[in-house]
Amino acid sequence: MFLKQLTVFLENREGRLERVTDILSKNNINIVCLSLADTSEYGVIRMIVSEPDKAKAVLKEEGCLARITDVLAISMEQKAGSLNKLTKIFSEQGINIEYMYTLNSSREAGSMIIKCTDIEKGFDAVKKAGLTLVDPEIAYSM
Amino acid sequence: MIWNEARECMSRDEMANMQGARLKKLVSNVYHNVEFYRKKMQDIGLEPGDINGIEDITKLPFTTKTDLRDNYPFGLLAVPKSQIVRVHASSGTTGKATVVAYTRRDIENWQECVARDLVMCGVTKDDMIQIAYGYGLFTGGLGLHYGAENLGCMTVPMSTGNTKRLVTMMEDFGATAIACTPSYLLHIAEVIEEMGVKDKLKLRTAICGAEPWTEKMRLQIEEKLGINAHDIYGLSEVCGPGVACDCSFHKGLHVQEDHFYAEIVDKETLNPLGDGEVGELVFTTLTKEGLPLIRYRTKDLTSIDHSKCECGRTTPRISKFKGRSDDMLIIRGVNVFPSQVETALLEIEGVTPHYQMIVDRVNNLDTLEVQVEVDENVFSDEIREMENLTKKISAALQSALLIAVKVKLVEPRSLDRFEGKSKRVIDKRVLTD
Repeated sequence: MFLKQLTVFLENREGRLERVTDILSKNNINIVCLSLADTSEYGVIRMIVSEPDKAKAVLKEEGCLARITDVLAISMEQKAGSLNKLTKIFSEQGINIEYMYTLNSSREAGSMIIKCTDIEKGFDAVKKAGLTLVDPEIAYSM
Repeated sequence: MIWNEARECMSRDEMANMQGARLKKLVSNVYHNVEFYRKKMQDIGLEPGDINGIEDITKLPFTTKTDLRDNYPFGLLAVPKSQIVRVHASSGTTGKATVVAYTRRDIENWQECVARDLVMCGVTKDDMIQIAYGYGLFTGGLGLHYGAENLGCMTVPMSTGNTKRLVTMMEDFGATAIACTPSYLLHIAEVIEEMGVKDKLKLRTAICGAEPWTEKMRLQIEEKLGINAHDIYGLSEVCGPGVACDCSFHKGLHVQEDHFYAEIVDKETLNPLGDGEVGELVFTTLTKEGLPLIRYRTKDLTSIDHSKCECGRTTPRISKFKGRSDDMLIIRGVNVFPSQVETALLEIEGVTPHYQMIVDRVNNLDTLEVQVEVDENVFSDEIREMENLTKKISAALQSALLIAVKVKLVEPRSLDRFEGKSKRVIDKRVLTD
């Protein structure tokens, strides 16, 4: 029902990100999209990958700190006002969006990844508003 | 100038006689009034009558910081609580403070010792002295303050914190002396430079202590500020600053040994060592009433010299410290044990005890960074949660150590890159010659 996001902790210094992409690459795991949140000392990288559970396992084996987080992926029209429509659904329901980033974007349509305070509530609100959620299996194979 | 020539220049024989008489009285007192000491003596079949002179001191058992902690807070008092007029405390190894208590007489003796030391540093009653140690449970501020008042100085209780205000007052008041930690004095020197007031100052002497520093640093301070800088030593368990101080010849720190008998012992065998041999410094408080200590192991490593000093004093001199026999760190004048960090971390739910302390000196002020490994229990995909975790750890450490701590979250197992056991402390400061 929910999309599995791979989240990895990184120290903010040279070579740390490369170590993660190297492990994923060697295990033939594709990164569909990612968002990197950084502070001066460390960063948190959030990714949608082809095989999230396997990715977490191989990273852990190599000593990386990784976890799986449930997120929502929502399809949107590629036109003015569609993101506003989406954020309105959340604000009207009193759900806080912790962070969001683009899953994919083309000339015709796009989709967003959203992490919110109450994922069940967010899921229901999006469905009720008539928006389409991206099938996780489709997202992993994008 | 010598404050108390009768005591500070006493012949070695007279001193030994006085110390012997005081030790005899002290041992009889603690045997009858402190259960802890009585038991310890009974365990080895020792009675007060077995102590007949200062040379018998080696028959007595040692006392350690652990003993103070085990008897927290007032278990080692040798007088009723009603006779105590002051209490100080320093941080202990595992969270609990080490408490010391003083009778009125103890405070008088303490201020006598500090006055002797100030005079040794060239301070007179006509000086104006700024006390820039922390005032409070820490013995530095109040210890120097009472000593300076006793000498008759115009005493300004600056405490620590606002350095610009300190320099402004130094200029406006015409302060001639200052007491603070050596690293803080170097910081003050920089502020003086920034403010461009060096030529307007009357400062001529500094009494620095509460942290280890090198002879090189002392000369650097003297050159930078165009003053004399002296080293004052003490530890709260024994009384606080004033136990020993270096005179204008800077050939070791004169111990006020009519009050504090100093021994150097081998740090492993605990056998007494002779002059010039490096070992652990041990003190017996010959005159203390409130909380007397018998052969207290300071864990400070040094050597002693009983020869007469060029300044005319006969009191023995201990050399600058060569380190510690335990893992205690002194950061901004505050005693810090790695075990305190461990205890504090373990009290935070989900946090691993995998940490490393990085001690450094930035712009002459000590800094402490604690790196903590993050694991699955506390790792979150939200930065907000991670920041809350950092704040929580930092607040817990600050309240345990009583100094500001910078917390840095690091990847799991990233701290285990040392051979064998992990290295808990990286001290980048230069503290010994």
